[in-house]
Amino acid sequence: MLNFATRRFGLSLLILFVAVTAMFLMIRAVPGDPVQIMLGPRATPELQAQLTAALGLDQPIWKQLLIFYGNLLQGDLGTDVFSGRSVTEIVFQQLPFTLELIFASILWSATLGIALGAYAAAHPNTLIDRIAAAVSVSFVAAPAFVVALLALLIFAVHLQWFPAIGAGEGFWDRLDHLVLPAFAIGLSWVGYIARLVRASMLEVMGESHVRTARAFGIAERRVVMVYALRIAILPVVTVIGVGMGFLLSSAVFAEIVFARPGLGKLVIDSITTRNYPIVMGTVLVSTALFVVSTALADLINALLDPRARTAH
Amino acid sequence: MEKSRSELGQIVVGVARDPLGLMGLIIVGVIVFCAIFAYWIVPYDPIAMDIKSRLQGPSAAHLLGTDQLGRDTFSRVIAGGQVALKVALPAVFGAMAIGLTLGMIAGYGPKWLDNLLMLFFDTIRSFPTVMFALAVVALIGPSLQTVVFVVMATSIPTYGRVARTQTLTLRNSEFILAERSMGASMARILGVHMLPNIIGVLAVLAAMDIPTVIALEAGLSFLGLGVKPPTPSWGALLKDGYSLIRQTPWLVVGGGLPIILATLGFTFLGESLRDVVDPKLRKQR
Repeated sequence: MLNFATRRFGLSLLILFVAVTAMFLMIRAVPGDPVQIMLGPRATPELQAQLTAALGLDQPIWKQLLIFYGNLLQGDLGTDVFSGRSVTEIVFQQLPFTLELIFASILWSATLGIALGAYAAAHPNTLIDRIAAAVSVSFVAAPAFVVALLALLIFAVHLQWFPAIGAGEGFWDRLDHLVLPAFAIGLSWVGYIARLVRASMLEVMGESHVRTARAFGIAERRVVMVYALRIAILPVVTVIGVGMGFLLSSAVFAEIVFARPGLGKLVIDSITTRNYPIVMGTVLVSTALFVVSTALADLINALLDPRARTAH
Repeated sequence: MEKSRSELGQIVVGVARDPLGLMGLIIVGVIVFCAIFAYWIVPYDPIAMDIKSRLQGPSAAHLLGTDQLGRDTFSRVIAGGQVALKVALPAVFGAMAIGLTLGMIAGYGPKWLDNLLMLFFDTIRSFPTVMFALAVVALIGPSLQTVVFVVMATSIPTYGRVARTQTLTLRNSEFILAERSMGASMARILGVHMLPNIIGVLAVLAAMDIPTVIALEAGLSFLGLGVKPPTPSWGALLKDGYSLIRQTPWLVVGGGLPIILATLGFTFLGESLRDVVDPKLRKQR
């Protein structure tokens, strides 16, 4: 197990290294002088030279990369072009808002999805199962940002049940502001998780320990809830870990639609002002988040199911 | 040829027998039809402005109302379908072709090349899609080509990995070993003998990938980082609708419903295709 964990995290680090290096080189390879873009066309040559030296752009590319990694290992993602503040500080200030949104979305969609899937598996091929299946597919298909826009239109603008803008202050107000964006992000996951749980549940129900539990005369309800469901929800853990990338992507859109603070809003605002250090920092942090969560999901999976340790 | 045609016929019949598949077939058919004949269907020029009749609700003259510049929303929805497919089809086919080639090489070639290609796939997959898209757009600027490139790059690994797995299972099968013992070249083995056995699975993946692609194009255009105005795109409609959400609901509805319909149609079609072509795939996801 330890061996697997070391290898898995080694691979994650390698992937992160390649991804970050590729991104660094891509930014440097882009036509156009970043200094000129930052300062605008009317900057004096002295000012340009000064900023070029300050950013280390006068060094050879391999040395720039070394310096970049040196800073990165110390947790330094560079400096914001406009405010002069540390990018690390800015990114980590916004990160909790995005994590809060992602967490809320997973929480409600996994709860409902697991319940739906378990119910459908306990009553297979009934009318409710069929309806749940059709609804699941439809939900899976709905892109989060379209759902977010329609939810904004219906529940915030017309019915005015929920606030349309911001993240709120204080616990209840924040919760109130979370409802619509979390709804939009989670909706497609409900169907997906329900289908997943249903399939794995049907498989588990046929296994010998469930049969044994039944043979002991344990109530059907208890068999389903305790003996089958506990094993059937394992794939959900993996799927959420691997789905972190999708969740982050949906969160970007939900933040824009509901004008919420967070990584998404930060990166879009930085792109429009061509604030490359922040764009790079945000993409880096979110990529790291994704890679780590995927690795964690694999680890949990390996911990619970020894067969997964030998597979690639 | 005769045989493959009847196979294709069987697949179509199989899909049409499944209610969801039939629904998918119809929705996709309508969207493709509207995209191809958009020029004759649209009642107005989708980019012609008419300031006097701006921000109208639905009426007989304007089925879905008009936007802030008096452009006919219905016409823009129809023309937007054309843009969506113009991005989705080349991107999906490009990604499929490249992923297929790389995946087969990874599965059939030497171990070090396999490891290298897998690392390449894993690296691309390690970026959250939208973050990757945003980074690329920030670097090379928004345009239709950028969107196609981003979508292609992000979906290559999916096709690559599946093609690799399929190649790995096939490479030691008897008919391939027989070919190899007769001295067939690698190109011949991969192109003539392996390809037909892999392409079906990838086609199913492609059908299921199209909704993601359409949503990504719309999403980028919604953020103002996709196709440039005045090009009618469903995402651009949503962008206008978002800023005017308190004045008129019709732009959000007009941009949002086609996206949901298109994703529904292609998902139904893809799922049904999968069940008909290869029921085993069902468990792999």
